[in-house]
Amino acid sequence: MTSLASLTKPWEAFSYGFLDASAKRELRRKMLKAVAVPGCQMPYASREVPIARGWGTGGLQVTLTLLKPTSVVKVIDQGADDSVNAASIRKFLSRVSGAGETWDTGEATILQSRHRVPEEVLREDQILVLQVPNPEPLRPVEPNMSVARQMHADADYGRLWLTLYEQMVRSGRIMQGAAYPSLVNGRHVMTPSPIPRWDVPKLHMARHLTFLSAGREKRLYAVPPYTRVEPLVFSDVPYKVEEHHDLTCHRSGLTGYFMNEIPQDDGSSSFEVSDSHFGIKAIRRSEGEALAAIDTWYKNGELQP
Amino acid sequence: MTAQSPAPRGEAAPRQLPQLMTTPPLLTMRGITRRFGKVTALEDVDATVYPGEVLGIVGESGSGKSTLLRMMNLEDTPDTGTYELDLPGLGGNLFGLDRFERRMLCARNIGIVYQNPHLGLLMRHSSSGNVAERLLIAGERSFKVLRDKAREALDASEFPLERMDARPIELSGGMQQRVQLAKAIALEPALLLLDEPTTGLDVSVQALVLDTLKRLQRDRSITMVIVSHDLGVIHTMADRVMVMRRGRVVEQGLVDQVFQDPQHEYTQQLVHAKL
Amino acid sequence: MTPVLDVEGLSKRFHMYHLDQDLHAFSGISFRLHAGEFLLLRGENGVGKSTLLRTLYRSYLPQDGHVWYQAAEGRIDLATAADVDITLLRRREIGFVTQFLVARPRVAADEIVAEPLRRAGVAQAEALDEARRWLGEFGVKRDLWRAYPTTFSGGEQQKVNLARALILPQKLLLLDEPTASLDAGARAALVRRLADLKSAGVAMIGVFHHPGDVADLIDREILLTTQRLPDEAGAETQAAPKAAPGDLEHVAV
Repeated sequence: MTSLASLTKPWEAFSYGFLDASAKRELRRKMLKAVAVPGCQMPYASREVPIARGWGTGGLQVTLTLLKPTSVVKVIDQGADDSVNAASIRKFLSRVSGAGETWDTGEATILQSRHRVPEEVLREDQILVLQVPNPEPLRPVEPNMSVARQMHADADYGRLWLTLYEQMVRSGRIMQGAAYPSLVNGRHVMTPSPIPRWDVPKLHMARHLTFLSAGREKRLYAVPPYTRVEPLVFSDVPYKVEEHHDLTCHRSGLTGYFMNEIPQDDGSSSFEVSDSHFGIKAIRRSEGEALAAIDTWYKNGELQP
Repeated sequence: MTAQSPAPRGEAAPRQLPQLMTTPPLLTMRGITRRFGKVTALEDVDATVYPGEVLGIVGESGSGKSTLLRMMNLEDTPDTGTYELDLPGLGGNLFGLDRFERRMLCARNIGIVYQNPHLGLLMRHSSSGNVAERLLIAGERSFKVLRDKAREALDASEFPLERMDARPIELSGGMQQRVQLAKAIALEPALLLLDEPTTGLDVSVQALVLDTLKRLQRDRSITMVIVSHDLGVIHTMADRVMVMRRGRVVEQGLVDQVFQDPQHEYTQQLVHAKL
Repeated sequence: MTPVLDVEGLSKRFHMYHLDQDLHAFSGISFRLHAGEFLLLRGENGVGKSTLLRTLYRSYLPQDGHVWYQAAEGRIDLATAADVDITLLRRREIGFVTQFLVARPRVAADEIVAEPLRRAGVAQAEALDEARRWLGEFGVKRDLWRAYPTTFSGGEQQKVNLARALILPQKLLLLDEPTASLDAGARAALVRRLADLKSAGVAMIGVFHHPGDVADLIDREILLTTQRLPDEAGAETQAAPKAAPGDLEHVAV
């Protein structure tokens, strides 16, 4: 005999992975669309999550949709796994899904990140989720978002070069530091979220899938694996990454990776590697621990093809 | 020539089709009618401009002259009528093009100078950047070429090059018009449209801007359409003039003929009112 | 030989709307002009000599008649030709010389004179050299060559104007009192240039205050006369337009 109990699920405090099924279904559809049209911004109904808008709600919703019990999550904040925000998000993710937590880039299946791409090369089975504060690369040049949409539709990106032109004229070099506008798959220009210039080439023809999601602005877009991501440049002014090639980390001794600058009392600076767990692994290795070596995007400060 | 004045008394013999001019007209507009609600802005207007020619359009405020010019720049579409430009790879009615095609067509082939520089310029960007934007739309991606071409266009517009990186907002009205002009000619357009380019400028500055235009016309033989309510401006600039009133063309002809021997009553009034 | 200009029954009247009145200039004028011929238009003041020249140039639109002009491409009726054709001819082969200069502000004298050459495709430096040569020829002082003619005296402006109008060899020249108020030197230079052009086959028709200046060039004369009585002119014009035409006589020299 059919009982009510066999037809319904037992009561739970929240759905699996926190978001309700319809929210996840919408996100999944929009994510698939985003993958289908690389770099094109897809609107979605951004839900309430238990962190404040602007603290990674976009990335969190995408991650929550992707989670399954066998997932392993890594959350980084400007390269660090141990910041309060990163730790809280990671804890929240594992608690609502039963997924594993890790600091190690190699072990993770889903990496949610604020403003950095790890130094170690990501694989086909890994997904990078970047938190985006402002998804519209045209906003600085076109305040009217309806017009900006038309400009995307027309691939009318001349004004982005105009901004670069002005920087060249005023400063003699391109001053765009983070969120460097980049052309995805030769069609849509996206902002790669405020990652440094150092990280943008890592997205070009990458093996992994990248989602970029802005919770406050309710837009998400994606860079599928093996997709071209080309920073906008002049044909006679080559793209330059930050000059961190010859900086050495004062803790791990690593050279040729993206560094955080730590000002010293005497006015000088010391540097430590921005990808914190990558630094920790180097220290542990130097202490004799046998850790599997993962390829890095940069070697001796040079991008590997 | 079509669209003659509606047979006033003492009408001269009707003019014939061109015999000597073997090149087809660059611009051909036929039967342009545009209504805004109950107001008829343009009523069955025809216009023809031959390569190298300067066509002046005069008329009082609200005569439809600016509306017609905006249509030449594909900013507006009429209720009825066709628009053709005799350019390589271009055929048929341009009003049938979609937004993207229009934008590319205008960027490459048509330059425009507005009376109000705010319509034509990005005030937050540098003057040279405003010129460079035109080249960027057309796909130029070399910084050096952008810089050189912007400098060249500004120089041709007789803009002081030491100020080429100043923002238009910091410049005088006459200088802003020069930036607009440089932007308009940067891609060496087939057609240059000028909407009251000197209205609101001091008389001395006005003369300088007109002189620049005249020089450009002579040295590059750019085809121009210039709209003005100032008969003096039209007289110095144009080869041919079209007199508009209440959305209709009342008379057109050679500029000296229309001003010295106007056929239509309205044109006579207009010419007699000239200082 | 086909004439350069073949005028048949040309008539011009102006309608003044504010007076609701017709003003008759001339009617039924016919004459021919061949290459290298110099035709003098004579007649009293106000008889319509300048009006006729301007009608030939199409600054005025005639009501009736034809102005057949022999262009390289064929015969064309200047009275009814399309505006573009007129523009083309004016740029290429029909010149109009007046005593009045429309000086544009801030354009130097030599550039004004060089303009027809520049339009014809001559390089800037060459055109300016040629322009200065002609300014010199007409007696414009060297230190005025780079100055703006807006500030010149009437005589100097006229010299600039003449140099500009005559710098390019035309096929047909319409001369509207070009010698008026010129000094002797410039007048001599002008007559020399006209003689050169005439021997080069340029057809010319002109109005002169003192035809004696160009006496050696004149091949034929046309006398324009009016039949109306001076004190009745206005009334008769209104009452019977056809009764008051300008008339024409050919007088061989």
